[in-house]
Amino acid sequence: MTHVLDIRSLTKGFVMHHLGSKMQAFADVSFTVDPGEFVLLKGANGAGKSTLLRSLYRSYLAQSGQILFQSDHGQIDLAQAADVDIAHLRRTEIGFVTQFLLARPRVSAEAVVAEPLRMAGVNATNALDQARHWLETFGVKPELWRAYPTTFSGGEQQKVNLARALIRPQKLLLLDEPTASLDANARAALVTRLADLKSGGTAMIGVFHHPGDVEKLIDRVIDLTPETQTEVVRDDVVI
Amino acid sequence: MTRVMDAPRIVTTKPLVVVRNVDKNYGSVQALRQVSALVYPGEVLGIVGESGSGKSTLLRMMNLEETPDSGTYTLDLPDVSGNLFELDRFARRMLCATRIGIVYQNPHHGLLMRHSSSGNVAERLLVAGERNFATLRAKAKSALAASEFPLERLDAPPIELSGGMQQRVQLAKAIALEPALLLLDEPTTGLDVSVQALVLDTLKRLQQERRITMVIVSHDLGVIRTVADRVMVMRRGEVVEAGLVDQIFQDPQHAYTQQLVHAKL
Repeated sequence: MTHVLDIRSLTKGFVMHHLGSKMQAFADVSFTVDPGEFVLLKGANGAGKSTLLRSLYRSYLAQSGQILFQSDHGQIDLAQAADVDIAHLRRTEIGFVTQFLLARPRVSAEAVVAEPLRMAGVNATNALDQARHWLETFGVKPELWRAYPTTFSGGEQQKVNLARALIRPQKLLLLDEPTASLDANARAALVTRLADLKSGGTAMIGVFHHPGDVEKLIDRVIDLTPETQTEVVRDDVVI
Repeated sequence: MTRVMDAPRIVTTKPLVVVRNVDKNYGSVQALRQVSALVYPGEVLGIVGESGSGKSTLLRMMNLEETPDSGTYTLDLPDVSGNLFELDRFARRMLCATRIGIVYQNPHHGLLMRHSSSGNVAERLLVAGERNFATLRAKAKSALAASEFPLERLDAPPIELSGGMQQRVQLAKAIALEPALLLLDEPTTGLDVSVQALVLDTLKRLQQERRITMVIVSHDLGVIRTVADRVMVMRRGEVVEAGLVDQIFQDPQHAYTQQLVHAKL
């Protein structure tokens, strides 16, 4: 089977010019991910789990190594690809779920959720219908759909965020603690949606504070703790 | 480090805007040094930098108001070809009047302050050859509506309007002809935050619904973060860094960009 993602010797550090120093986040990370596979990233705080996800999404620039992604257009190295190609892949094939919602002023919850579909060319009515469906699924009350999420509680914002991030099936989904600040019902809805996407072939790499939430989905665990970077098949792992 | 000129492999559409190796000196001051920029169709390019970094000069070049000492500028549009900096004055005016829209920081630069708001918008349609009064009025009205201008003030001259409404008239004028390229020079500077949000919201909607390609210059990083897809950071006439908007804000590489991003409130 062709890997969706083939990460080779990926290294990331930050140069902090005002301190005149460098900080290593992770070094020489290599692993592959197949379609429909769920990989959990493990490691202590500061091991570089979120940094790795952001480097894969190209919010961070890796210093060396390759991120070979099997896109619909052939294989492309996400570490080196042109910005417009990355922007295109983000609209079509690669999704990222964070714990933070970047809400814009004066934009309603349903419009925020519908936006990825609108950008992909879906008409306004259809996009809004789907947006409302997902807001409902994640437990956002209908009276909030037309309100501005900037005023919502952390948990409600997170639900809007999830609805937006998961509204379109993607080839690769990066999950940065999506269950943080969710209530039990929303967590269950999230796990159901992820399971659906997974069975539809979406490859996932996730960081979870409480991996128990997604225990049934995990195929493999990768430990990013320096010096002990190991890859473990799911059966051998105790979460 | 800068990926501005990187050739894409997946995106096969040609860039709409190609600016290459532009130099501009004002006396002994180097305003632009070997500046290059690409903008793809439907994309919003943000340009940030301190005062005097050359960002507005670059935008005025894209509006063909200034000619550089050297460099080229092309637009990938039907019946537009060659280096646009070499066009004569008449050809430049026609191109700008029909294909490029601009919103200036100061509405006095973009509007006739004592003519009616609808007349300001209609003027642009007139330049493009529209002569039917009813059509002029209808098109002006629809452009003003798209810019969220209160239609009961259609005939009020901009001088009687608030700063936010003046900017919406400028925006309506700029989009009345569905320009291929929309240039925005500090469009929200000096507006209060609620009006600022309205203008940004309108821009974002125009981008989604009409896929207008935009270049926005602002020293307000919040504005750029909200509307831009890619960002170019300029300092002393040079591009020091360029990248996707989240990368520039989350993982700035250049010392100057780090300083800029960390200084944001």
